[in-house]
Order: sequence, then C-alpha cells, then structure tokens
Amino acid sequence: MVTAVTSFGRSGLSDWLLQRISAVILLAYFICIGGTLLGGVDYASWKAMFELTSMRIFSLLAVLSLAAHAWIGMWAVLTDYLTERLMGNKGNVLRIAFQILCSLVIFVYVVWTVQILWGY
Amino acid sequence: MMLNVSIYRYNPETDSEPRMQDFQVDTGGKDLMVLDVLELIKSQDTTVVYRRSCREGVCGSDGLNMNGKNGLACITPLSETVKNNKLVIRPLPGLPVIRDLVVDMSLFYAQYEKVEPYLQNDTPAPAIERLQSPEDREKLDGLYECILCACCSTSCPSFWWNPDRFIGPAGLLQAYRFLADSRDTATNERLAKLDDPFSVFRCHGIQNCVNVCPKGLNPTRAIGHIRNMLLTRAT
Ligand code: SF4
Ligand code: SF4
Ligand code: FES
Repeated sequence: MVTAVTSFGRSGLSDWLLQRISAVILLAYFICIGGTLLGGVDYASWKAMFELTSMRIFSLLAVLSLAAHAWIGMWAVLTDYLTERLMGNKGNVLRIAFQILCSLVIFVYVVWTVQILWGY
Repeated sequence: MMLNVSIYRYNPETDSEPRMQDFQVDTGGKDLMVLDVLELIKSQDTTVVYRRSCREGVCGSDGLNMNGKNGLACITPLSETVKNNKLVIRPLPGLPVIRDLVVDMSLFYAQYEKVEPYLQNDTPAPAIERLQSPEDREKLDGLYECILCACCSTSCPSFWWNPDRFIGPAGLLQAYRFLADSRDTATNERLAKLDDPFSVFRCHGIQNCVNVCPKGLNPTRAIGHIRNMLLTRAT
C-alpha cells in the first residue's frame, strides 16, 4: 500500500467519498443561494435570512465542505504535477510549500466565515 | 500510392536526443496493417527497431502510438488511422524508451505484480479441480481476455504522472479479475491493499483506457466495481 500522510483522510476511499459528499452539499448550498437571489432580495431580507441559526449552520457546513473539497482536490493536483518523479527534489520542496500555502488560505477562509456568520 | 510515414528514432547509447525520420512506403494500394508498413520500412532501413511476435493481436508485443492513438500495429488497418496520407508512429507514451519504438515495460509489470495476479485459496484443494458455476464463470468475461499490451495504461494521464504509485487500468482490470473470482478467498486482503489514495483512486474516469483497448475491454468499469467493493467493505 502506498502511504500518503498529507492526504485528507489518509485513505483513498474516505477522500473519494468525502469529495462526493462535499460536492453534493456545495451544490445544494449554491442552489439554495441562487434560488434566493433569483427570487429577489433586499438588504433586510438577506440579513434576516442569515440571522437564522439554520442558515448559519448550513453556511458553515458549506464552507467546511469547500475547505475539504479544496484540500482533497489540490492535494491530487499537487501530487500529480509537483513530484520528485517529474522535477527531482525541487518537486518535494515546491509541493510542501504549496500545501502549506493551501492549508493557510483554507484556514483563513474558514475563520473569516465564522466571523462573518456570527459576528454581525 | 506512396504513404508518408514518420517514425520516432532514438538510440540512447548514441543519440543525444530523439528525432523523427521520414519514409515513403509503397502500399500497393492495399489497406495494409500498420505492422506490414513497419516491415516494409525495415526492408528500407534495417536499423529501425520495434517489437512484434504473433502478428494477429494475441501476444500484445506491438503496442504503439499511431497518429496519436495507442493500439496494436498488427491489427490496426491503415484505413483506420491514416489521415491525409500521413502516418506518425511513436512508442507508447510515458514509459522510458529503450530504442526507437521499444519501451521499457518494467514499471507496467511492477504494477501488474502488485495486484498478485494469481488465484489464492487457502482451503484444501479438492481431488480434481475447484468448481465454478457457469454464472460465476461469466463474471470473468471481459476481464481475463487482457493481453497486457499496455495500450491502456500508457494512454492514461494518471499513469503518466504516477506510474510508480497508481496501478493503472491494466493492473486494476486484473485486480478485479481476481476479486470477482468465486474461487479466490483473498478478497479482503486484496481490497485492503488497494485502499490508499493512489493505487485505485488516482483514476479520474477519463476513460482513455476504454477508448484504446484493442480487445474492447473496459477497465473503467472494473475500477468502478473495485470502488464499490471497497465502499461496501468499509461502510
Ligand atoms: S486492458 Fe486492453 S489495452 Fe489494457 S493491457 Fe489489457 S488488452 Fe491491453
Ligand atoms: S478511466 Fe481511469 S484508468 Fe482509465 S484512462 Fe481514465 S484515469 Fe486512467
Ligand atoms: S504482434 Fe502480437 S499483438 Fe501484435
């Protein structure tokens, strides 16, 4: 078995399953938001919607799904193209650097979302 | 009618880099197989190197890239591949070239070896043979026919990038061939060895493998079955 400590769930199956589940959650969220926008919103109704605890939980779930989805996706891309096989040791250095960058960006987005959702 | 053929030439011992060499081949107006054309070229220039054996699509030696598509030279008629009277022949992509059209298949075989492509059964052997119902035998159709020509794996981008970690369509088709065999008792051990992020899950369902298999086999479907078995086992 090939070991992979930086993959999300460390198992191919769990990554694969999570990738599908998070995609479904994101789709549902965007349909919900899209539907609301198409139905017409103003500031007051938009604000009221995001004051509902259910909407905040749904939004948080969507952002966490996005975070997992992005991590799994970026990990797959990086381990395809930035590898020791393709570019020697430079591949390892670049890949780890990009992974750290990705996790930082994802982390900031998650914290920022929580702040937006519960901060106003 | 003279056919324009362009052949990939490379001898790592003497050439600093690969080059394409052009030939004019008289096909006598016949719809020859690509392998026939290679034989005609060899009579013009004996230094052109390629593999072939059975010349009828059973041995899997002459997997080549013809006008951009992998296939067996011996059963690919010119009418199927030639466009604008031009035929470009390259070695299978993604594997190291030994010479001209001959590639080093070690990585490909190493992946095949990983799936332990032989029947495993630790129950006492019966006096004559291990029986199988016709229905169970049918489950192996579309799997056992693989001739290991490597046309599929070398057309798979996931295999190009990770030939050392992704088993590839050919190996996975054989993995499923033994997972699906009612006489094999190592199913769980086999599945456990496939549950990492690379061996099976590097397949993104691009289906290049299905598109090129000269035997008309469907590795993508077999990979889907393996995924379902892993899922059932884990949930
Ligand atoms: S699955 Fe088809 S293309 Fe792949 S090695 Fe077997 S016969 Fe060749
Ligand atoms: S379906 Fe999977 S194995 Fe087949 S070419 Fe695509 S990625 Fe490779
Ligand atoms: S020479 Fe045997 S498959 Fe083509």
